[in-house]
Amino acid sequence: MTQSQTEIITTASPAGSPALLLRGLRKAFGDVIAVNGLDLEVARGECFGLLGPNGAGKTTTIEICEGLTLPDAGTVQLLGRDWRQDASHLRQQIGIQLQETQFPEKLTVEETLRLFRSFFRQGVAVDEVIRLAQLEEKRKSRVGTLSGGQKQRLAMATALVGDPELLFLDEPTTGLDPQARRHLWDLVDELKKSGRTVILTTHYMDEAERLCDRVAIMDHGRIIALGTLQQLIASVGGDHIVEFAVGGPLDPAQLTAISGVQSHRVDAGLHQLSVTNLHSTVPQIFAAIDNLGLQLTEFRTHSATLEDVFVSLTGRNLRDE
Amino acid sequence: MNKLTESSLYQLTATRFRLFLREPEAIFWVFVFPIILAVGLGIAFRNRPADVLPVAATTPQLTQALAADKGLTARTLDEAAGARALATGAIQLLAIQTPQGVDYKYDDTNPDARIARMLADRAIQNAAGRRDPVPAQNRLIHETGARYIDFVVPGLLGMNLMGSAIWSLGFAIVEMRQKKLLKRMVASPMPRWQYLASFLLSRLLMLVIELVVFLGFARIAFGVPFRGSLWDLAFLCLTASLAFSALGLLIASRAKTMEAASGLMNLVMMPMWILSGVFFSASRFPSVVQPLVRALPLTAAIDALRGNMLQGMTLSQLALPVLTLLAWLFIPFFVALRIFRWR
Repeated sequence: MTQSQTEIITTASPAGSPALLLRGLRKAFGDVIAVNGLDLEVARGECFGLLGPNGAGKTTTIEICEGLTLPDAGTVQLLGRDWRQDASHLRQQIGIQLQETQFPEKLTVEETLRLFRSFFRQGVAVDEVIRLAQLEEKRKSRVGTLSGGQKQRLAMATALVGDPELLFLDEPTTGLDPQARRHLWDLVDELKKSGRTVILTTHYMDEAERLCDRVAIMDHGRIIALGTLQQLIASVGGDHIVEFAVGGPLDPAQLTAISGVQSHRVDAGLHQLSVTNLHSTVPQIFAAIDNLGLQLTEFRTHSATLEDVFVSLTGRNLRDE
Repeated sequence: MNKLTESSLYQLTATRFRLFLREPEAIFWVFVFPIILAVGLGIAFRNRPADVLPVAATTPQLTQALAADKGLTARTLDEAAGARALATGAIQLLAIQTPQGVDYKYDDTNPDARIARMLADRAIQNAAGRRDPVPAQNRLIHETGARYIDFVVPGLLGMNLMGSAIWSLGFAIVEMRQKKLLKRMVASPMPRWQYLASFLLSRLLMLVIELVVFLGFARIAFGVPFRGSLWDLAFLCLTASLAFSALGLLIASRAKTMEAASGLMNLVMMPMWILSGVFFSASRFPSVVQPLVRALPLTAAIDALRGNMLQGMTLSQLALPVLTLLAWLFIPFFVALRIFRWR
């Protein structure tokens, strides 16, 4: 124990360096450019989300960060260190949860975690990780008998046994039911509280909104927007989104002329307006529709979300991909 | 928890063991199947205390004369019934009384029928009063080591060493790759050499069990001889098992799916099952293909095992097959390490 403690002092990460630093990152697979010139900096203790549709390059980016894929160009620094010089040190410092890992079905939860714990010089006791992942009741159960949510929590637990400073979660809740997702989010909250840096990818808006301090929206291998939730939503121009449908043709100019309407688009017959103040603008929208003698068939409003940010930036819906 | 059980090499090896022991089919193929095969072959090819051949005759007098020979059982049948019995193999020979003497009806391409012809003729001539001019006595020996079961046990052992090594490595590695578990482990600080070493270690521990169970059974049930040094035998089994493990590693080094791996394994093992002399001597193949047959690792393994167990040869006398096995150990192992796909 004393030996490994001195080791941690001598090999501690350079202080002050960001948790993650990417500069000019590029990666192509044959003709397909997966990552196309990416710069990013994530501070220590941050929970950072890479958000984007499937195929945006999120997984390639995160696997380059994890040292699993070599970039064609660009630099990667984790905790002030480079994979090329400090790979074995970095492996000890980071926790990784990959998409679609299937752990051996005939091992128990405890055996799986003991195996992964043995790879790390320093770490959390297996009992502690089992408690953290709320798998106490399943500790002697075989992995094959676990539910989807429990398997995902096991994957998280294997990422935590090394007591990592920096945690990578690749689509942690994809394919889980709503209850299992909330359960996993609570676990990520715990990790944030303990001061770890968490970098996650997701194609769920609500997940990024719920968990992340800052979000980068990725599309076609590039970051198209970056900031806190509030900054990104403010970039749409309005805090609220009004969606409605009418029983006839409508000239967009008549809508954008209304004061307080920031932007307009039509998606499958549904008009979408981003609006600063609902209480002053909505009556004017009603009046405009009345004046044109049109019938309102559908009407709703919601606060602007990351989904709306993505739509306004790309003209596409995230969920369409 | 002490230092040993917390070490990654221990945990990796223990994991291999657990996964093997929790797979009932694997236990059957590795431990039970060779014994069933040995029992089956032992029963089918057991040396019966002087075969008794069934024959028939058309008259009671001839039947009586035939029955006097200990090597024959005889009954009386008419010609038509006798012909039917011959056709179905129920009797090997039919002795037909004719005005001139006796006709023997039998198939001269069947060795048993030819023996029956000699015994039947001797019995009938003796009954008619023939006396041999030279007095002769038999001295019987029943030596172990010359029986088919003695020949086939080293063959089955070699086949089992090959199958268990190639299957256990090949399937386990490719399954982990297919399920992205290999990638997950490489993403952890696991030392890669320990991952491969855990396969060899668990294989060696398994080998001890396999050898004791199978050879112990062959010894107790069939009295199969162990004429060479047991240490040499252990060394040969170890070398063979490692050589086949290296081959299994090579097969598994690139394959991404279980289907591909299983096809490759069959491609590698099938020729050896046929050519390497598991059930009959490999020297029966034409001399043109002998260099190829001799170069196969299973041929080398079986030759060395037979040399040790049946002829009591020393390792220096078995230098050629041992060197062949060592070549099959090192070349595939280093090629596999170079081309291994870790994700």
